[in-house]
Amino acid sequence: MLVKRVENFFRALGKPLVKFISRLGVLTSFIAQAIYNCIVPPFYPRLLGRQMIDIGFYSLPVVALTTIFAGMVIALQTYSGFSSYGAESAVASVVLISVTRELAPVFCGLMVAGRIGAAMAAEIGTMRVTEQIDALVTLSTNPFKYLVTPRVLAAILVLPLLVLIGDVIGIFGGFVIAVYKLDFNAANYINATINGLESLDIVTGVVKAAVFGFIIAIMGCYNGYKSKGGAQGVGEATTNAVVSASILILIFNYIITELFFSK
Amino acid sequence: MTETKIKVSNLHKAFGKKVVLNGVDLEIKKGESLVVIGGSGTGKSVLIKCIQGLLTPDSGSILVDDREVVGAERSEQDALHAKMGMLFQGGALFDSLSVWENVAFGLIENQHMNKKQAKVEAIRVLRQVGLAPDVADLSPSELSGGMQKRVGLARAIATRPEIIFFDEPTTGLDPIMSDVINELIIESVKGLGATALTITHDMASARKIADKIAMLYKGKIVWYGTVKELDKTNNEYVKQFINGSSQGPIKVEV
Repeated sequence: MLVKRVENFFRALGKPLVKFISRLGVLTSFIAQAIYNCIVPPFYPRLLGRQMIDIGFYSLPVVALTTIFAGMVIALQTYSGFSSYGAESAVASVVLISVTRELAPVFCGLMVAGRIGAAMAAEIGTMRVTEQIDALVTLSTNPFKYLVTPRVLAAILVLPLLVLIGDVIGIFGGFVIAVYKLDFNAANYINATINGLESLDIVTGVVKAAVFGFIIAIMGCYNGYKSKGGAQGVGEATTNAVVSASILILIFNYIITELFFSK
Repeated sequence: MTETKIKVSNLHKAFGKKVVLNGVDLEIKKGESLVVIGGSGTGKSVLIKCIQGLLTPDSGSILVDDREVVGAERSEQDALHAKMGMLFQGGALFDSLSVWENVAFGLIENQHMNKKQAKVEAIRVLRQVGLAPDVADLSPSELSGGMQKRVGLARAIATRPEIIFFDEPTTGLDPIMSDVINELIIESVKGLGATALTITHDMASARKIADKIAMLYKGKIVWYGTVKELDKTNNEYVKQFINGSSQGPIKVEV
């Protein structure tokens, strides 16, 4: 009786487990191929440039909007939370630390995942189901190099830049609220910000951004590349790309923070 | 005796439990146009994808110019693709590129022709398939189905391949446009002296462009011969197929 139950338990466990592991294997080989093709020529600098503009330049408005409001809300919350302890002066450094370490990279990552990860999955997925990827192969062009490599490289290079811009805008958002709403002295606030500035905060943000860029591009390309079955398949790929990238971003955000800051 | 360009022997391919190719043997001579006919889902597409190296067969051998395709290295496959052109069923034009960039793709990316020269060449090939030069700067999505087929054909022949594959070249076109495309296929294949492999279920098209016809059913070649022999054959499969009858040895799985 018990033996049978144990057997059934493992049987039920088996199929999804095997499926999961085989998917993990496919994803791993996809990542390995992506990295290999980033190193080995031929390269397509023109495509890389276009992707950098698509991912970086056109994401600027979204990144600016999210980080400025993030900075503003942090200034407001810190003030209302800390004022009872008479620690208004902490506002500048709390804004600084939370924006550079967490808010700018995470918001950038999530926004770009929604904007770019989805677009990558949809575009590559459509190319897959309309045989355009096969057409690339028949024209002796490696689709991996042509489609995946420029996107992955561009995302890794551009996300850190976006985060740096996000840092500045987020801190500026905090400054605006502190000075114009909470009546802080502007010079004091700026001084406190500059004094509080530490390179480690910026560096972790940038490292996170590069990792998030990699995650976004890989999940977008992978889901698009493996999509099948017409419009529905492409829709599914798009959803999977965004959801998986967002979850992985939050997980890796924790892991990287742990690596840098835990003692 | 002309030399053999493509030789397929005992080719097997299955997807999971579904056996698609079950021992296909096929031979195409240099400069010959072979048309593979067969119903939907009989493995025609899988067959040409295997020959092109887009799919890896489970077993069997494919020789192109006496060189094995199955299990070939990437560099060898690239060399092979440089000899091949393909007209896809849905066109498979790159929608992020303009019409002339599509046609010139192989010239620019692989033969490293400069852009100006490639555009001139692309326009020449477009004219060859009956398209005016002002189409060159349009995007593929602005074209009608028949025009997209022509652009696809232009892209397939622009690199002057030795072997051209046609995947259902007339599907989705009206009878007159089908005939125009058939004419273009004959012209371009003969013009290049290329070897052609076409898959179709359009018998009018098959009769027109084929030197030899092979019929695929349940993953095997059940008949092979010339167009003339096609009408005289007593093969029940072929008879049923060309008459378009639901009665006969071919059972349609619904």
